[in-house]
Amino acid sequence: MSDTSPLAPRKRRGAELVLTLMAVVIGVFGYIAVGLGTTGAIPTDTYRLIGGLILAAVGAHLAVRRFAPYADPVLLPLVLCLNGLGLAMIHRLDMGRQAINPDRAAFATGQVIWTFVGIIAFTAVLVLVRDHRRLQGFTYTFGLVAIGLLLLPLIPGIGQEINGARIWIRLGPFSFQPGEAAKVCLAIFFAGYLVVKRDVLALAGKRLLGIDLPRGRDLGPILLGWLISVGILVFQRDLGSSLLFFGLFVVVLFVATERPGWLVVGALLFAVGAWFGYTAFGHVRVRFEAWLDPFSNPDQNGQIISALFGLAHGGVLGRGWGLGSPELTPFSFSDFILASLGEELGLTGLMAVLLIYGLVVERGLRIALTCRDGFGKLLGIGLTMSFAIQVFIVAGGVTRLIPLTGLTAPFLAQGGSSIVMNWAIIALLLRISDQTRRPAPKTSRVDADDQTQVVKL
Amino acid sequence: MNKPIRILAVACLVMFVGLLFNVNYIQAFEADDLNGRDGNRRVMDEQFSRERGAILVDGTAIAESVPSNDRWRFQRQYPEGALYAPLTGYFSYIYGQSAIERSQNDILSGDDNRLFVNRVVDLLGNQEPQGGSVELTIDPVAQRAAAEGLRDLGEGTRGAVAAIDPQTGAILALATQPSYDPNVLASHDLQSTQDAWDQLTADANQPMTNRATQATLPPGSTFKLVTAAAAMENLDLNPDSQVKGGAALTFPGKTYTLPNQGGGNCGGDPITLRQALEVSCNVSFGDLANQVGEDELVEQAEKFGFGTDPISGIAANESLVTGESSDLEDTQLAQTGIGQYEVTATPLQMAMVAAGIANDGAVMKPYLVDTVRAPNLEVLETTEPERLSEAMNAGKAGQLKDMMVSVVDSGTGRPAAIPGVQVGGKTGTAESAEGRPPYAWFVGFAPANDPQVAVAVMVESLEGNTSDIGGGRLGGPIARAVMEAILR
Repeated sequence: MSDTSPLAPRKRRGAELVLTLMAVVIGVFGYIAVGLGTTGAIPTDTYRLIGGLILAAVGAHLAVRRFAPYADPVLLPLVLCLNGLGLAMIHRLDMGRQAINPDRAAFATGQVIWTFVGIIAFTAVLVLVRDHRRLQGFTYTFGLVAIGLLLLPLIPGIGQEINGARIWIRLGPFSFQPGEAAKVCLAIFFAGYLVVKRDVLALAGKRLLGIDLPRGRDLGPILLGWLISVGILVFQRDLGSSLLFFGLFVVVLFVATERPGWLVVGALLFAVGAWFGYTAFGHVRVRFEAWLDPFSNPDQNGQIISALFGLAHGGVLGRGWGLGSPELTPFSFSDFILASLGEELGLTGLMAVLLIYGLVVERGLRIALTCRDGFGKLLGIGLTMSFAIQVFIVAGGVTRLIPLTGLTAPFLAQGGSSIVMNWAIIALLLRISDQTRRPAPKTSRVDADDQTQVVKL
Repeated sequence: MNKPIRILAVACLVMFVGLLFNVNYIQAFEADDLNGRDGNRRVMDEQFSRERGAILVDGTAIAESVPSNDRWRFQRQYPEGALYAPLTGYFSYIYGQSAIERSQNDILSGDDNRLFVNRVVDLLGNQEPQGGSVELTIDPVAQRAAAEGLRDLGEGTRGAVAAIDPQTGAILALATQPSYDPNVLASHDLQSTQDAWDQLTADANQPMTNRATQATLPPGSTFKLVTAAAAMENLDLNPDSQVKGGAALTFPGKTYTLPNQGGGNCGGDPITLRQALEVSCNVSFGDLANQVGEDELVEQAEKFGFGTDPISGIAANESLVTGESSDLEDTQLAQTGIGQYEVTATPLQMAMVAAGIANDGAVMKPYLVDTVRAPNLEVLETTEPERLSEAMNAGKAGQLKDMMVSVVDSGTGRPAAIPGVQVGGKTGTAESAEGRPPYAWFVGFAPANDPQVAVAVMVESLEGNTSDIGGGRLGGPIARAVMEAILR
C-alpha cells in the first residue's frame, strides 16, 4: 500500500507534458499532410492550428497538474492524440466532400470549437468533483437525470429523428445527443446503486454447470435495465445505444456481485432482445443481412461496401492523407471515420488508432483495479467498459466483424455531444486515479523535519 | 471486486485482438479480392487516372489509352471499334470491363505482381505508373475478312466466324455480328455511357454477345464429322466402308422415320462412307450414331472439346451433345448423330473439330493471348501451345481429312474451294424451331497437306429473304475469304 511505502508517490506530470506535446505534434503533422495531399501546399493557417492545439493541450495538462496532480499521466496524451487525428481527418473529409458538392457543410471548425468546449468540461469536472465519492450521494439524482435525458428526444417539438434514429434534440441552433450524457449519468447511478445492493444481489440461487445463478426474486433490477434498453430500441430505433447501456449495466452488476451468473442472465436477455429486434424491425434485419453478405444487395448495403472497398484500397500502408477517396462513404466523418482513417493511413495507421483505444481501456481498467473504494471501482469499470464496448461496437461494425450499429468512435468522430461527454469521462477517470495514487493524508503531512518522530498523534 | 475486473480485462483483450485480426484480414488478405470487385469506384478512379497498357494485334493497338483533359487523365480508345469489340471487350467506369480488358486487367492496369519491380522503380523515380501490353494471336487481315464476309450478308444478319491455327490452337479470327462500339462505353460522359448501355442491352440482337464463343446452336450436318470420327475409331471404318444409305431411316417398332434433307436417297443403299459425307446423308449418320452408341459418341465429342470451357480470357459457353436427358432412344440418338435433337455447339467448338481433324487428330487448346509485355516491352509471358487431347489416331484422321477435301472438291462444300489449294470442309444446315429458318454452318481447313487454318462460319439468321439458307452457299465464301487471308 502506498501509505506504508517509504518512497514518495510519483506524480509523473513532466512525463505527461512530454507525451502531450508529442500528441499535439501528431495532430499537427496530420493537418499538414492533409494540406500537402489535397492541395500540394502546407495550409497557411497551420500556425493557428498549432497555437490552438497547444493552448488546449497545455490547458488540459495544467488543469490536471493543478487539480489532479497524482492522476494517471498517460490518459490525457492518448485522448489528445485521438482528438488531433480526428480533427485532421474531419478537415480532410470536408475538403473531399466539398470537392464533390460545394454546398455540403464543413464540420472541422465546429469540431475545433467542440473540442475546446470538451476541454472546458474536462477542467470543470476536475474542479467541481474534488472527490469522486461525493458523487455517490447523488446516486438517484443521476438516475433520474439519465432517464430524463433518454426521454428528451421523444418529446415532440425538440426531439428529432435523423436517419431513422430518434436520438437527437434540437434547441434553437444547437442539436445534441442526450444519450451521450445519459451514459455518464447511468454509470454513476449503476455504481452508486450497486455498491449498496451488491451483498443482496450476490446471494446465490441455483447452481448450473458450475455457475451460481442469481435468485429469481433478485432479477428485478436487471429486468428493469433490460426493459430500458429494449425501450431505447423500440422508441428511439437506436440499436447501438441500447446494446451499450445494457452491456454497461450487466458489467457493473457482475463486478459488484462477483457472480458470473449475472453474465449468463445478461447474455440470455440480450439474446431475447436481439431476436425481438430482428423479428420486429426491418432496419435490424437489414443491418444483419448487410453483415452476413453485403454483396448480395449492393444498392442497399452501399455504405458498408464502400467502407470495405476503402479499407482494401488503403491496404497495408494506406493511400496517404488526402490521397484516398474516403468521402465516397456516407457518414465518412462520423460513424465511418475509422474506415476513413484505415483508407488513408492504411492497416498500419488503423492498428495504431485501435491500439491507442486499447491503451485508454487498459489505463481505465488499471484505475478500477487499484481504486480502494467500492464506488470508485464500480464507476471506473463502468466508464471504462462503456468506452471499450463502444469502441468495439463501432470499430467492429465498420469493419464487418459484427453487424453495424450507429455509434460514434470516441474522440475521433464528428459530433459535439460525443466529444464533450468523452472528455468528461476522461476527467472522471483521472479524478478516481488521482484519488487512488494520492498518498494517504497522514503521510502527506509528514515534513522532512518530522522523520525522527516515532509516534504520531 | 478485483477478480471480475481481471476477467473483464481479458474480455477487453479478446475484443481488441478480434478487431486487430479483422482489420488485418480485410486490409492485407481480402484486399485484392475487394479491389477486384465490380462497382469499386476507388479502383476505377485510379485506373482511369493511369496510363493503361495497349491491346495489340500484329503490332497495332486495337485498344489504347490517350491523355485526356477532363475528370480523368486518360481516355480509353478502340481505333477499330466494333471490329475487335468481341476480343477487347469494353473498359467502362460504370460497367467495369469485359473480355481481354477484364481477363488481362492486372497487366493492363499495371497491378500484376510481375510488374512489382516496375512499380517500385516508377515510385522511386517519381514516374507515372504505366500498364503493360497484351499482344493477341489475331491475324488482322483474316479478322477483317471474317467481319466483312458477315456484313456482306446484310447489316441485320446474325452470325459468327471463328478461325484457329490447327497446329497451335492460336485464334486467328473471331468475329461476331452484330457487334458494338466499345468507345461509347469507355466514354467519360457517363450519361451517354449509360444511354448506350441501356440501348445495347435492350437490343434483341444482343450485340454484346460474342456469338463465336457464346452462341450454342445445333451444328446440324457439321456434327457428322464427329459421328464419322466416332464410327471410324470405334467401328474401324475407312472411307470405302459400306454404310446404310437410302431415302429414310426407319426404327423398329416406331412410326418415326428420319429422311434426308431435300428427300434424296444419297445415291443408293448401301453407299461408301466417303459418299455419305459428300452428300451429307442423314440416313447413314443416323444409323452410324446408333451403331456407335451414345456413350462412345459423347466421348468422341468430348475429345474434340465438347463439355469443357474451350478458352480462357473471354466469355465462352461449353458445347454439349446431350442436354438435360441422357439415355437417348434410338430415334433421338439418330438425330443427335446428324447434329440435331439436343446437340449445341459454338462456332469456336466446330472450328476445333475441323482443326483436330486437320492436325492429324491432335486437338490443340485455343488461346488468344500471344505475349504479355511489361511497360518497357520486356516479355513477361509467351503462351506455349498446349495439346488438349488426341481425338483420333493419325491414320484415321488423315482419311477423314481426305474425305473432307472430297466434300469441297465434289460435294456440298464447293463454294469454299480455293484454286490451287487443297481445302477440306463440311456444310451444315441445322433445323431450328418450328417455322423459323434453319441455321447455316460451314467448317473447313486449308491446305490439307500442311494445315494453316481451320475455320467455322455460323449464320444464325439472315436479313431480308430468310427462306433460302444453305450452309455451303452462305458460309462457304466467308470461310474461303478467311482462309485466303491466312494463306496469302
